[in-house]
Amino acid sequence: MNTRSIMIVGVGGQGTLLASRLLGHVLIEQGYDVKVSEVHGMSQRGGSVVTYVRYGDRVHSPIVDEGEADVILSFEILESARWISYLREGGMLVTNTQKTWPMPVITGAVPYPENIAEKLGAMANVTAVDALKLAEEAGSAKAVNVVLIGVLSRKMDIPEEAWLAAIDAVVPAKFLELNRRAFALGRNA
Amino acid sequence: MKKLMLGNQAVARGLWEAGCRFVSSYPGTPSTEITEQAALYDEIYAEWAPNEKVAAESAIGASLAGARAFCAMKHVGMNVAADPIFTASYTGVNGGLVVCVADDPGMHSSQNEQDSRHYAIGAKLAMLEPSDSQECCDFAKAAFDLSERFDTPVMLRTCTRVAHSQSMVELYERDERPLKPYEKNPRKYVAAPANAVARHIAVEERMEALRAFAETTDLNRVEMGDTDVGFVTSGTCYQYVKEAFPAASVLKLGLVNPLPVQKIADFAAKVKKLVVVEELDGVIENHLRAHGIRVDAGKDRFDPKGELSQNRIRAAMGAAVPASLKYDEAVPGRPPVMCPGCPHRGLFTVLSKLKLTVLGDIGCYTLGSGAPLQAIDSVVCMGASVGMTHGFTKVLGPDAARRTVGVIGDSTFMHSGMTGIVNLVYNRSIGTVLVLDNSITGMTGHQQNPTTGLTLQNEPTTAIRIEDFCRGVGVKRVRVVDPQDMAATEAAILEELASDEPSVIIVRRPCALLKYVKAKPALSVDPEKCKGCRSCMKIGCPAIRFTDKKASIDATLCVGCGLCEQMCKFGAFVNPSKAKEAE
Ligand SMILES: Cc1ncc(C[n+]2csc(CCOP(=O)(O)OP(=O)(O)O)c2C)c(N)n1
Repeated sequence: MNTRSIMIVGVGGQGTLLASRLLGHVLIEQGYDVKVSEVHGMSQRGGSVVTYVRYGDRVHSPIVDEGEADVILSFEILESARWISYLREGGMLVTNTQKTWPMPVITGAVPYPENIAEKLGAMANVTAVDALKLAEEAGSAKAVNVVLIGVLSRKMDIPEEAWLAAIDAVVPAKFLELNRRAFALGRNA
Repeated sequence: MKKLMLGNQAVARGLWEAGCRFVSSYPGTPSTEITEQAALYDEIYAEWAPNEKVAAESAIGASLAGARAFCAMKHVGMNVAADPIFTASYTGVNGGLVVCVADDPGMHSSQNEQDSRHYAIGAKLAMLEPSDSQECCDFAKAAFDLSERFDTPVMLRTCTRVAHSQSMVELYERDERPLKPYEKNPRKYVAAPANAVARHIAVEERMEALRAFAETTDLNRVEMGDTDVGFVTSGTCYQYVKEAFPAASVLKLGLVNPLPVQKIADFAAKVKKLVVVEELDGVIENHLRAHGIRVDAGKDRFDPKGELSQNRIRAAMGAAVPASLKYDEAVPGRPPVMCPGCPHRGLFTVLSKLKLTVLGDIGCYTLGSGAPLQAIDSVVCMGASVGMTHGFTKVLGPDAARRTVGVIGDSTFMHSGMTGIVNLVYNRSIGTVLVLDNSITGMTGHQQNPTTGLTLQNEPTTAIRIEDFCRGVGVKRVRVVDPQDMAATEAAILEELASDEPSVIIVRRPCALLKYVKAKPALSVDPEKCKGCRSCMKIGCPAIRFTDKKASIDATLCVGCGLCEQMCKFGAFVNPSKAKEAE
């Protein structure tokens, strides 16, 4: 299979790294060659963060370039706008509708753009969900990452058991129930 | 067995498989996880040193004692460690010695993007450059073999995309190595002039032998394909080239110093055009040109600034890049910011209010330079705040000294701030230095340091007290403040600035992300009382928003630190913790 590319984008502190670990785990269990590339350090302090997940028979580049992503999984709606140029023609955006104000908006230097989901919807194939609401329903705002993995799981041709097995393998035992609920809510959203 | 591993984790695995026993490093993105991962193996003794120079010297000592030894650092760490490493090149090794340097093209988390290959050339050391996690593991092992075979320290160069990408690694058993016996040999190990003259001859002979080795080793490999273009490349660029031009011929270099000039010349003869693809400087290209090898494209097409990628290579070669969507509105940037509850925020709010000249340093507190606080005037390298405070105030005199402070974190103070303090005392400075002690090495993701009382393995050890150090070297004015109390912090700073001798203020409160620091309930804003004056917005807290002319708090982000409350003249903030105390 040709290499496929998924980007996970969000705000430092939102738990994107757990999402990429889950995804990496699932893809390896499906027998793919996998590369997952993330940036640690500075940007984790509330900055814009991106993780690249690539899989196929033989993956070379660890990064995804503009116009290459088959799927973008976005944790925050402004980040969807920021990274949309990375989506390939016919690709799919799965996005949280949550808004987290960046510092230039907080200081009043610029406004937070309006109607991003609608505008993106006119440009590309977009699935938008309120993952924060679902995470709170599952029991914790921190479970946004697993809710979004649940939403993504519906769009990929991989059996549900494989996702559940990855959650069992990657998530610490005491958060397992919470994350299973979060996954189910995302998957059925 | 195969496992998905981060490049850094794979380097650590390679160390373990190679029988390495000793690792000493100072953290620095993107190298940090190597040492954290190495510490998880029982057979490896691993530690955080106070800086890269001490780490390298410790590893040199361990090698002399007969162990396979290692240290890791980010690219700028090599500037600090260069002194011992340049001379260890002359002394050679006993047990194998490997130094990993992690470059950061694109400056994801660095203050410059220097190219470490210049160090390998300058110090006359072999340098290996892996292109994925498997090679991180394999090359770490190969580096130890080369080190012992050629009696030399060996450098392992990674970059952000190799260090922080996960890919599959085949796991092997550890090759346990007995300690090599230590024998006294001053002619080799005492780098005094008489001995060093002879050792320099050994170094040049070794380079000759390594050059011959480079021509035949399978670390450098030719993948013949289409012969219209032949790429010479290494590291992560190799992966980009394979992605962009899967059918092309490629000479992949694993050993990037010294270069196999003849092998490259033979390759060049087989292809119509020779293209050198390397990030940062044109090191390979210049070397080939100096040897009269025709290079058809290099740095004239590939930017020496920032990272390369498959699209950049496609574009530079005149090939099509994929079409991409454009969001047609400006998207506000999202720079990193101090976390909610960050103890640095209170201090920088005070510094910003006092409009002082602030000579900064490197750490989370560098974020005090961003809007809205904008409270930092300079940042150069770790430790520079103290030296620069001295030079700046010497030149501009006492009046300027009363409006100038240096700020430095606890880990940075231990790294290279201490000698600067000695200089303040010795050279009769009147400068004021603030040590921002958040009880951890924050920026690089929470490593212990000599002030925290814990080792890399979280075992208890002596905690070095910054105030005792400063008093011990003769600073008479040393005091401790809590940045949470902004009024007291301001008063302390004004008092110390007024004094005519060097002072150190330790601004102490633990990082809000430490496990033992418990978040308090979120504050809220009483919209009746909020007058919309925006005072609370001055602290640059990500949890405060301003909509419809009123402040409000994002309860999912607020950790209840209460700084905003201290800013408000109208008592508009409702603080549940205070209400409880009052009960
Ligand atoms: C020579 C060098 N080594 C390592 C680094 C990476 N680095 C940047 S900041 C920092 C430590 C910061 O810790 P501290 O001074 O305690 O400040 P904090 O981030 O906790 O506020 C490190 C290790 C560097 N920039 N330069």
